[in-house]
Amino acid sequence: MSSETGKILTTDGIPLEVSLKKAERKNKIKAFLLVAPLLLFLLITYIFPIGDMLMRSVDDKMVTEMLPKTFKSMEKWDGKELPPEEVFESFYLDFQKLVEEKRDGKLSTQLNYTKNGFKSILKKLRRKAKNFEEGNYKEQIMAVHKRWADVEYWRAIQRRAPAYTSQKYLKGIDMYKNEEGKIVSVEEDRRVHRILWLRTLEIAFFVTLLCFLMAYPIAHLLATLPMKYSNLLMICVLLPFWTSLLVRTASWMILLQQQGVVNDFFVMIGLVAEDNRPEMMFNKTGTYVAMTQILLPFMVLPLYSVMKTISPSLMRAGKSLGGTPFVAFWKVYFPLTIPGIGAGCLLVFILAIGYYITPALVGGASGTLISNQIAFHMKSTLDWSFASAMGLMLLAGVLAIYWVYNKLVGVDNIKLG
Amino acid sequence: MSKNLDFVKFDKVDKSYDGKVLVVKDLNLDIAEGEFITMLGPSGSGKTTCLMMLAGFETPTNGEIYLDKNPISNIPPHKRGIGMVFQNYALFPHMTVYENLAFPLKVRKFQKDEIDKKVDKALSMVSLSGFENRMPGQLSGGQQQRVAVARSLVFDPQLVLMDEPLGALDKNLRESMQYEIKHIHESIGVTVVYVTHDQSEALTMSNRIAVFNDGKVQQLSSPDKLYEEPVNSFVAEFIGENNTFAGQVTNMSGKECKVKLNDGTEIVANPISVKSNGDKTTVSLRPERALINTKEKMDNNFKGKIEEVIYHGDHTRVRLDLLGNKEFILKVPNSSANMDIKMGNQINVSWNSHDARALDPK
Repeated sequence: MSSETGKILTTDGIPLEVSLKKAERKNKIKAFLLVAPLLLFLLITYIFPIGDMLMRSVDDKMVTEMLPKTFKSMEKWDGKELPPEEVFESFYLDFQKLVEEKRDGKLSTQLNYTKNGFKSILKKLRRKAKNFEEGNYKEQIMAVHKRWADVEYWRAIQRRAPAYTSQKYLKGIDMYKNEEGKIVSVEEDRRVHRILWLRTLEIAFFVTLLCFLMAYPIAHLLATLPMKYSNLLMICVLLPFWTSLLVRTASWMILLQQQGVVNDFFVMIGLVAEDNRPEMMFNKTGTYVAMTQILLPFMVLPLYSVMKTISPSLMRAGKSLGGTPFVAFWKVYFPLTIPGIGAGCLLVFILAIGYYITPALVGGASGTLISNQIAFHMKSTLDWSFASAMGLMLLAGVLAIYWVYNKLVGVDNIKLG
Repeated sequence: MSKNLDFVKFDKVDKSYDGKVLVVKDLNLDIAEGEFITMLGPSGSGKTTCLMMLAGFETPTNGEIYLDKNPISNIPPHKRGIGMVFQNYALFPHMTVYENLAFPLKVRKFQKDEIDKKVDKALSMVSLSGFENRMPGQLSGGQQQRVAVARSLVFDPQLVLMDEPLGALDKNLRESMQYEIKHIHESIGVTVVYVTHDQSEALTMSNRIAVFNDGKVQQLSSPDKLYEEPVNSFVAEFIGENNTFAGQVTNMSGKECKVKLNDGTEIVANPISVKSNGDKTTVSLRPERALINTKEKMDNNFKGKIEEVIYHGDHTRVRLDLLGNKEFILKVPNSSANMDIKMGNQINVSWNSHDARALDPK
């Protein structure tokens, strides 16, 4: 046979391959048009905001734009000794321009962030600069205040030259760049964020564990009960989904408060004394209880859907082959539920790590999570770039967990339903 | 070595799931060591329940089951040491073929090299050597079936239960697997209790067949006896093909009786479960026992009209209107002597009274 037979032609002489591709292209375009609205929606509401967040979190253009000439002339300065006259001159020019535009206040705030003590010397400079003579700005500026003759302050200005900064990210893990440009931790008593990150991980981990321990038997029961009972039970599991998250959290507040139902019950059965009611809210306990209850269905459903597919004859086979009920469960049933466990744990953990409303309402000071801190910076301090940085760190953390998870369990093995 | 004739013994076993209906009623059944016994019956007849009680997944409501003379009702399944092949194989999907077979050995704490040896032997028995590292999902239905059989035998149980193991296979594979299982049974001499609703499967494989209906064993005997000498009309109907005439006994005389059919004709039959004159009865006759235009002398001779002729290659099925039964089936061997079988013809049909069994009325 010759190789010419390899090419099949259609009746009108076009190679079949080409004409098939043509037909397929039409279908592809149709399919694309169908998903286009969603794609556009995702782009606008998801990808673009995340990109914006990323930009905002590293953006440090403000000072860069305020002192363009200074930074240009500083490029040649090695930072070891006081900068040359050229730098002083361009700083003077930049500063005068800012004073004219009445933006020097912002500059002093920004520089003061970098190094304390800028505010007063900039104020002084502004006053004195009106009477500066042309030429020899170095002498004149250094004469304003002795700090202007300190190379540290000039280095501090130089540090603000890049338009992008990792400062917000460092702050998110309680670190900063010190005067030598080294990354160091803040003093121990000021480390707030690390505690929050650890607490977030801890709470997410234990909520996942609690959910797993409680959901596994429920899901098993659901999967093995006759239809009419399992449907009823399923409704009970799903019921929380049909109630607003706020309502559920609020009802936990009613139950858990010191004069609440649970405490009343404990007192009634004599478990605790009337004057010694335990605090179950506005601390970690409250967060654990409420979050576990709220996230439970996310664990039950994937487990249920996987267990439903496991034939009961497998357990029987395990037993008939000589395995005790425990061995049959552990060697046969349990391994088969791993895809469901994986899906459930991943789902609950990721939801828990970014949980906001419930810890905000029942968590108090010791039960809040990193997302509450993000919200705090969004709404109260208005430090949006810091909030963005922490949000992105959270996102990166979740992706990292997903990656590790994929390595350990394999995402292909996950079954969500 | 004398064989243990009641290796497995069901002693007056009742089973009810809901406390209202007995799915198994007063079951007495002895199974000899090394026997291949089949529980055959329509679905819902209680045969699978019996198997599950023997395996230990159900407990009898009344009565006791003995295995090698020991009562086992209170022994959990994993301590009974009974191999089992399930309807859908129940291979562990997350384990390789090797691991599946090693499972019963590992839980029995066998040494690694002994496990290897036994798994090897079991796999070669079902001619699947070299498949150790495959996952069950990568095997065809027939191969999975063989793995399931090998797994049920690998730990050398004395008793193996099979719950419709061939139900999911196609016809050709099913037939070859029937022979394969039969050969395995013959070569290792294990006792097998086999459940099926497929009568040809039961007839091919078993030493004895227990026909179940309505929670009771209707007949327990060898395949040939079951076919040739059914003791009641259910068995006659259920096993093989069967022509029936309903009627009333008029003349009992030892080995023969006369039965007056509903259209008034009298035929001579072999009284099996009729006792006296006036008893209502159903006479059962196998299609191949009735001959057409025969020169042999037979004590029942009647004329029937051909209603339908179906060509089957080696034989022809003929449906007749005979003595008021319009569903009377005849199997005529394909030979040149029988060329005049045409629709609408009248033909002579004869049979021996011995083959016409007067059973209980339906």
